[in-house]
Amino acid sequence: MAARLRGVISGRIVAAGLAALILGTLAAVAWQAGGLSGLGEWDWRAVRFTVWQAALSATLSAVLAVPVARALARRRFRGRGLLVTLLGAPFILPVIVAIMGLISVFGRNGALNEGLRALGLPELGIYGWQGVILAHVFFNLPLSVRLVLQGWQAIPSERFRLASSLGFTPADVARHLERPMLRAALPGVWLAVFLVCLTSFTVALALGGGPRATTVELAIYQAFRFDFDLGRAATLGLVQIGLCIAAMLAARWIAIPAGFGVGMDAGQGPVGPRGWRIWSDAAVIALAAGFLLWPLGAVLAVGVPRLPALAPDVWWAAGRSVIMAITSALLAVTMCLMLALTIARGAGRWVEAAGMLPLIASPLVLGTGLFILLRGVIGPQQMALPVTVAINAAMALPFGLRALIPAARSLQDDYGQLAASLNLTGWARLRYLTLPRLARPLGFAAGLAAALAMGDLGVITLFASDQPTLPLKLYQLMNSYRMADAAGAAVLLMTLSFALFWMFDRGGRLDA
Amino acid sequence: MLELQDIAVRQDDFNLGANMTLPTGGRFAVIGASGSGKSTLLSLIGGFLAPDQGRILWDGQDITRMAAGNRPISTLFQHHNLFPHLNVKQNVGMGLRPDLRLDHDQQTRVAQVLDQVGLAGTADRKPAALSGGQQSRVALARVLLRARPVLLLDEPFAALGPALKAEMLGLLADIADDTNATVLMVTHDPQDARVFSPQTILVEDGRAHPPQETAPLLDNPPAGLRAYLG
Repeated sequence: MAARLRGVISGRIVAAGLAALILGTLAAVAWQAGGLSGLGEWDWRAVRFTVWQAALSATLSAVLAVPVARALARRRFRGRGLLVTLLGAPFILPVIVAIMGLISVFGRNGALNEGLRALGLPELGIYGWQGVILAHVFFNLPLSVRLVLQGWQAIPSERFRLASSLGFTPADVARHLERPMLRAALPGVWLAVFLVCLTSFTVALALGGGPRATTVELAIYQAFRFDFDLGRAATLGLVQIGLCIAAMLAARWIAIPAGFGVGMDAGQGPVGPRGWRIWSDAAVIALAAGFLLWPLGAVLAVGVPRLPALAPDVWWAAGRSVIMAITSALLAVTMCLMLALTIARGAGRWVEAAGMLPLIASPLVLGTGLFILLRGVIGPQQMALPVTVAINAAMALPFGLRALIPAARSLQDDYGQLAASLNLTGWARLRYLTLPRLARPLGFAAGLAAALAMGDLGVITLFASDQPTLPLKLYQLMNSYRMADAAGAAVLLMTLSFALFWMFDRGGRLDA
Repeated sequence: MLELQDIAVRQDDFNLGANMTLPTGGRFAVIGASGSGKSTLLSLIGGFLAPDQGRILWDGQDITRMAAGNRPISTLFQHHNLFPHLNVKQNVGMGLRPDLRLDHDQQTRVAQVLDQVGLAGTADRKPAALSGGQQSRVALARVLLRARPVLLLDEPFAALGPALKAEMLGLLADIADDTNATVLMVTHDPQDARVFSPQTILVEDGRAHPPQETAPLLDNPPAGLRAYLG
């Protein structure tokens, strides 16, 4: 009984600590904030741009996802499974690596503009709002395709068989089967992308800026870093929190589907119509795959040969990042596990709510708040790495909990009574029941947390530059136009992110 | 002697009351319609559900608030009696020490009970590699090893075929005889009750009635039980 009590209490302590950390940080931000009158025209423009670009990115991603998902749902071809798996990759692909790839395809010296020049057409710029939108669609189109594809696969195959036995034309199928599904699925897809783009920082940092392409997160960074105007940074932080909370409230009415880690190849799916639609589907799939793979291919082509020539400080940064990512991942899964076990034993809803709190606080807001709280105690240089580790761990919690809570619930339902009847408690329970039964979701959650932390270029930019992480080092190389070295570092960063995810996720499956 | 004194639980629109004394070494079938509260009765005794009022006594000692694992009771559940990720030896050994730090004597005893239930040679296998009957034997081996004076069975053999079920009930009767255990067995099958337990606890209309002779009860069931038995 005592051990069980201890387990329940430790989860509550984690939840309380987390709530204190995040709400305390937000309180520090609010206390520091100078009131909305402190915001100038520039800041309000950032607020408007943030909402506008998130809405446009979400709309483009959702609309473009429909033909791609339809083509993938009704066609079978070699490499289809691989392509569907790759659609999940952008989730753990470091943002700065993707930006590097987009620049090498769509940038001034990229293949696209060289083609346009050869044809005598005007060039397209990647810097500015169009670059921000492009990058957001690059990240969120694959996610949206997966979500819409799930919708297609959720239509029972009997319905498609019935439709073909009744002689439905493709238009009839669309009207009676596909459009009702899309009406149900697309709002959630749109909102999921909108939420992601609302707190976009790295994309805006690298491709945006200026009066017409600054997000609130970027404005916080600029106020903090360039003007050192903590009051304005804090006020902007409050605005950012307000935006997130408003979007989360909207999410209460619209169910957001979970896009990552779901089995994707269930069932046979519909049989695709013949004729010209075969070719249009093929073209859609080729375009989508090209849009996804070309930028990464371009980075790999330049970066791989450059790997052996990378300077020692890049390797140092890589080592630093790997240690930070692993620390952050272990911290995140430990907290996740304690929270999930407590929630599974029927703790109050506030424990679950505490675990989801990081969703309303963006990394830059938390970074600003922690700086305000800690500035009297330690200097920004010492603060940079620990604060980054802690914030990355906190940001990974909602994803980890989404994987762990259902598993912890069924563990409790299935084996809770047996364990209680055998007095299996405390460490023995952890070792012989909890860890073996939860190994898969734990490994998956740790892999996600490690990959996200490895690729993160957020809070760290607020503080130091003499101990850069690998993403920051890559950004510095890009800013000094050492593009070949940057490509090499990007390949290294991408490889390490995927490797960390693979290692942890694989580790969780060893026993199976 | 197991006593239930003025026990009552209320959950939403479900009620169960019980007031009875069960002599040591007795065997009791627990019978009643689905949802009548048979499993609830076992959960109360087993320590997985706290009553809203009343006391549970074992040989005069109040065990109402005692943690499930400390009670003088072994339970066989309907499902999930074994941990699928642990092998047979570990699953049985848990009955002696949950942290599995078994000394030499204890390991010998694990091997003995496995032998006794006819599972020699399976010690290192995982449950998934065993047949349904063998899995039941593993759970019974653990019951044998723990040798608790009260044994609760919530239809653990329901998924087995008739012949295997009869075999398991026979094995169970031997174990209960060896340890002089008091057995409560939930069952849907009146035949099981007739064969295994001279007395039956009828659960009906929110009450677990004190045990009565099995044969007359089943030969001449009250209206509710008659509708259920068909």
